[in-house]
Amino acid sequence: MSFFLNGIHVPHRKHTVDQSAVRMPIPKTITLPMSMHIGAPARPIVKVGDLVKVGTPVAEAVGAVSSPIFSSVSGKVTKISDVLLAGGQSVPAVTIESDGEMTVDASICPPVVDSREDLIEAIRMSGVVGLGGAGFPTYVKFNVEPSRIEELIINGAECEPYITSDSLTMTERADDMEYALQTMKKHFGIRKIIIGIEKNKKKAIASMQMLAKRIDGFSVSVLPEVYPQGGEKVLVYHTTKKVIPAGKLPIDVGCVVCNCTTLAAIGTYLKTGMPLVEKCITVDGAAVRTPQNVIVPIGTSLAEVFAFCGGFITEPEKVLYGGPMMGITVPDLNAPVLKNTNAILALTAKEAKLPKTTACIRCGSCTNTCPFGLAPASILLAYKKKDTERLEKLSVETCMECGCCSFVCPANRPLVQTNKLAKALLKETRAKETSKNG
Amino acid sequence: MDKVLRLSVSPHIHSGRSTAGIMLDVIIALLPAAVAGTVIFGLRALLVIAVCMASCVILEAIFNQIVKKEQTVGDLSAAVTGLLLALNLPAGIPLWQCVIGCLFAIVIVKCLFGGIGYNPVNPAITARVFMLVAFGSMTVQAFPTVVDTVAGATPLVSIAEGNVPNLWELFLGLKGGAIGETCGLALLLGFIYLLARRIITWHIPVSFVGTVFLFSFFMEGFDAIKALSLILSGGLLIGAVFMATDYVTSPSTAKGKLIFGIGAGFLTFLIRYFGIYPEGVSFAILLMNILTPYIDSLTAHKVFGGRKA
Repeated sequence: MSFFLNGIHVPHRKHTVDQSAVRMPIPKTITLPMSMHIGAPARPIVKVGDLVKVGTPVAEAVGAVSSPIFSSVSGKVTKISDVLLAGGQSVPAVTIESDGEMTVDASICPPVVDSREDLIEAIRMSGVVGLGGAGFPTYVKFNVEPSRIEELIINGAECEPYITSDSLTMTERADDMEYALQTMKKHFGIRKIIIGIEKNKKKAIASMQMLAKRIDGFSVSVLPEVYPQGGEKVLVYHTTKKVIPAGKLPIDVGCVVCNCTTLAAIGTYLKTGMPLVEKCITVDGAAVRTPQNVIVPIGTSLAEVFAFCGGFITEPEKVLYGGPMMGITVPDLNAPVLKNTNAILALTAKEAKLPKTTACIRCGSCTNTCPFGLAPASILLAYKKKDTERLEKLSVETCMECGCCSFVCPANRPLVQTNKLAKALLKETRAKETSKNG
Repeated sequence: MDKVLRLSVSPHIHSGRSTAGIMLDVIIALLPAAVAGTVIFGLRALLVIAVCMASCVILEAIFNQIVKKEQTVGDLSAAVTGLLLALNLPAGIPLWQCVIGCLFAIVIVKCLFGGIGYNPVNPAITARVFMLVAFGSMTVQAFPTVVDTVAGATPLVSIAEGNVPNLWELFLGLKGGAIGETCGLALLLGFIYLLARRIITWHIPVSFVGTVFLFSFFMEGFDAIKALSLILSGGLLIGAVFMATDYVTSPSTAKGKLIFGIGAGFLTFLIRYFGIYPEGVSFAILLMNILTPYIDSLTAHKVFGGRKA
């Protein structure tokens, strides 16, 4: 069955494209929340007063889906207390006061990787999670029977407006990516690797085509600039023509999807033993004086990063982790840069202005732009009536929350927002039914 | 905290499209027809347009005031209804009938059902049908064309007499009929504008007009000229481009739109050839309006990766 996946043309606003990243000065303090990934929060293994160095583990993974956390500065642990994350959850966080030295932990050395198990353990110990934004612990994706992996799909689509940090990875960190890929080929037996990149990223495409010459079975798939090209199911479909059924994962069709920066971070760890302690992030938005890509120690407060970028020209109305289509607003600038932060945007009132919500005129824009062919306007009606049966029929759980529907709606109705609520409602209803029956 | 940041759920940007913007585009697309109507039928036509537009806007404003609803006339949909209705009326119609027609369109068909987006049928079309039934003798002059063109010399005879330019005159709208429906050229310009602005897609107008053409072509003994003259007659073009494409009362998906267009075309053909009314476009659209929810549920998109039905 062949599909035509719709989508939208978003304004690019990639002001920082093709600029090299700037390293920011050592922050005074860093805050490391124990939940910078999907899964169980990590458990702190340091106490207040402990001395740590760059790369010293401060928290260990708990359970099957979790990720360890490492200090990104050298200094002293000054506080372990709960912080409120942008998503609303409250988790413990380790605060470290930097000594300004950035001394590297003496135990840092490249991991010994001789087998598939070694490699999975190495990826786990690198602290790497999905750096495209999802934050799913990467080792879990690879921890499958190697014969099931037919293709490794690398996500270099970077379809969100403003963000250019992935492009920078592809142009400047091809060596790190290569190191990771060669190791994976060797131990996971991966034969086919496809990187998907939107066609406007000329430099990134050129860099990856160079890489393709050095790696067997590696190819570059140039994709149209249609948001949400980087959505997992969209990317898999456009690079392999494989349809991931609703409720299934890429591995169910023989694919593992991995963001390009995630791959580079794994490469760095395999090469040097330095776990994920810093991120290259795009700092942009009309409120920022000097938009640029900045290499930031994880845990640095957004306030410090924005200050490094010349501060604000005007007071921002909204500050986001990530792009304007799927990004999360932060309540204040004390929020830290997380592992999965790829951009921080300070939007002015004008930039973030949304029109008033009015009545649905049944124009069909939402269903005609939804990449998956969902009917958001009908979902909204069903959600208002709390009609879970109808919601299920409308396949709301397939929604990847890309936001195309809300973006195009001339009545600015809260469509994707309601999809999220509807998904939560279905989950809740199902949990209730299970507990009743069980 | 020195500064309060706004928290909200993504997305944080918007395309900038709005209902008022869409309605404004429809008004712009109707301007050529309004101008042509005024040129062909005189300033009386302009007066009818002004009265209808003003009536619709004022009536909706008053209704919202009375029922204490948020004011919606700013979305320009009432203005569009007024303009469309006027273009479907003869220039000589008594103004009091215009006001009654607008009252029916705006209050009965639109506002009482909940306002914009909630009307099951198109207000302008329904009002046109209502006026035909209520003020039949006076409004019927808006529906003469099919009979007229067929009544005199048939196009075949005209061609034999060297009268081919008749089709051209028909296209320019130099004939009897409602204010905005006669000038095919003006309506075509409006159609192109709506397509270029991506307000509508080609599906409904093309399938609607195409179906009428095919059936007429067949019924007229495969005479393309005559079939074409039937396309350019009556309210077919204005109906297919502007009334049948009303978002609220037509299907959302491409497949649904084709079914709607073919259905409306077939019904138009049936009424024109076998019904007691000379013109069937309004009735056809109205009937298809009623079927729209069913067409929509039959033609919903297949969900990507969804369960096989």
